[in-house]
Amino acid sequence: MTEIPAGLYFTKSHEWAKIDGDVATLGVSDFAQNELGDITYLELPEPGTTITQGEPLGVIESVKAASDIYTALSGEVLETNQDVVDSPELVNSSPYDKAWLVKVRLSDTSEVNNLMDSEKYATFAAEQSGH
Amino acid sequence: MPEPKKTPLAARHEELGGRMVDFAGWYMPVQFTGIINEHNAVRTKAGLFDLGHMGQVDVRGKDALAFLQYVTTNDVSALNPGQAQYAMLLLPTGCPIDDIIVYRRPDGDGFFVVVNASNAERDIAWMQQKAAERTDLDVNVENVSPVTGMFAIQGPLAEAILQRITEADLSQVEYFSAIETTVDQVPCMVARTGYTGEDGFEVYCPIAQVQTLWDKLLEVGRADGLQPIGLGARDTLRLEAKMALYGNELSEEITPLEVGLSWAVKLDKGDFIGRDALVKQKSEGITRRLVGFKMVERGGVPRSHYDVQVDGKTVGFVTSGTSSPTLGENIGLALIDKSYAGVGKPLQIMIRGKAVAAEQIRTPFYKRAE
Repeated sequence: MTEIPAGLYFTKSHEWAKIDGDVATLGVSDFAQNELGDITYLELPEPGTTITQGEPLGVIESVKAASDIYTALSGEVLETNQDVVDSPELVNSSPYDKAWLVKVRLSDTSEVNNLMDSEKYATFAAEQSGH
Repeated sequence: MPEPKKTPLAARHEELGGRMVDFAGWYMPVQFTGIINEHNAVRTKAGLFDLGHMGQVDVRGKDALAFLQYVTTNDVSALNPGQAQYAMLLLPTGCPIDDIIVYRRPDGDGFFVVVNASNAERDIAWMQQKAAERTDLDVNVENVSPVTGMFAIQGPLAEAILQRITEADLSQVEYFSAIETTVDQVPCMVARTGYTGEDGFEVYCPIAQVQTLWDKLLEVGRADGLQPIGLGARDTLRLEAKMALYGNELSEEITPLEVGLSWAVKLDKGDFIGRDALVKQKSEGITRRLVGFKMVERGGVPRSHYDVQVDGKTVGFVTSGTSSPTLGENIGLALIDKSYAGVGKPLQIMIRGKAVAAEQIRTPFYKRAE
């Protein structure tokens, strides 16, 4: 079963956001890492970059293929997780914790209304895996 | 899209947690536990591969040899009973429609040809059409894929595991040779061949027995770490060993002489389809070469069809690329203008619009210790 911690927000493309005031931490879900397989490369924006909800945040490559990661919430990148860039396999082993990708200063906190909460995402992910 | 075809092992793959995909019209597992884990299992222990999607053809008749000499690139007359060889079926242009393995049957009675899943229907139609055209030849080309089961066991422990349920002494089977024997009482043809760069066997059996043999092998090999392997690791294994994949290193736009396969093309054996074009190409000079490279700069994983540049000029394209589990490097094969080829020479791989530095290295990327 795919792991879905409570209290997070999710995109339909399987990224998560953890919101703390006007700062959010972004990552990819357990479902996503499982679908992608062994992750070997990550390309993430530098601190200071402005990112936009729904637009590509970066690139994630598995042994098999390259995929885009999409931005869950708009804002300015405050910090990029260098550990996960250096050890992309952390996305497989710890998608919600060690493999957070970026921290963002949110430009519009109301964008959270476009995301699913953990409960809704659980239903969504279950439907996706039933294909 | 038509419903993908299923091998007799499809239900087993699902039970074993295989992630199933449509590959060349077949419902096949791309991975079970993970590509890197499966890859390493084959390099260090043993892995079991469902090859039920591949095609098999019986070629019989008084002139079977002459016919195969005409439609394939290698010298079939060199085969003793029980021997196998790598070859290609070429178009008159000299470009392959597929790469194949030709077996001379261990009992000496005719030949057995194994073709790729993605090309099987076309290959078989092609061979049957050529057989019909050559009215001077007494030959019968029969598609035996529907009755033939095929799987592979590969890795340093493959022989020891397979031996436990095989009647014949497998240590006597040489590389690219096959024997008729029984595996768990089932009559099989067992060949020391594979697509991984490891020692191992490919086993042909009646299709109704595939599931039983698969289960039995997993049972007798489990303690040694034998595990099922999906198509993902099959690709990383073959690429490290620099084995060509049709659609990547081979296509209707590439000749075997350009990708280092001239050893499987015997221009002096007499006439065969595609020979004239290759003789002409050889006399005019081969202008492209297949080279191996590794990325020496961060920037991503090289993938098939990415452009290759040198100093801003496009000099070729990537045919295959991956993150090599054994080397821990991003590697690839590229077909490039020959004047830029050479071990140690630089290339730039165009990854998402950026030129990322690579260096040509020796191939195969991986060679097992003897």
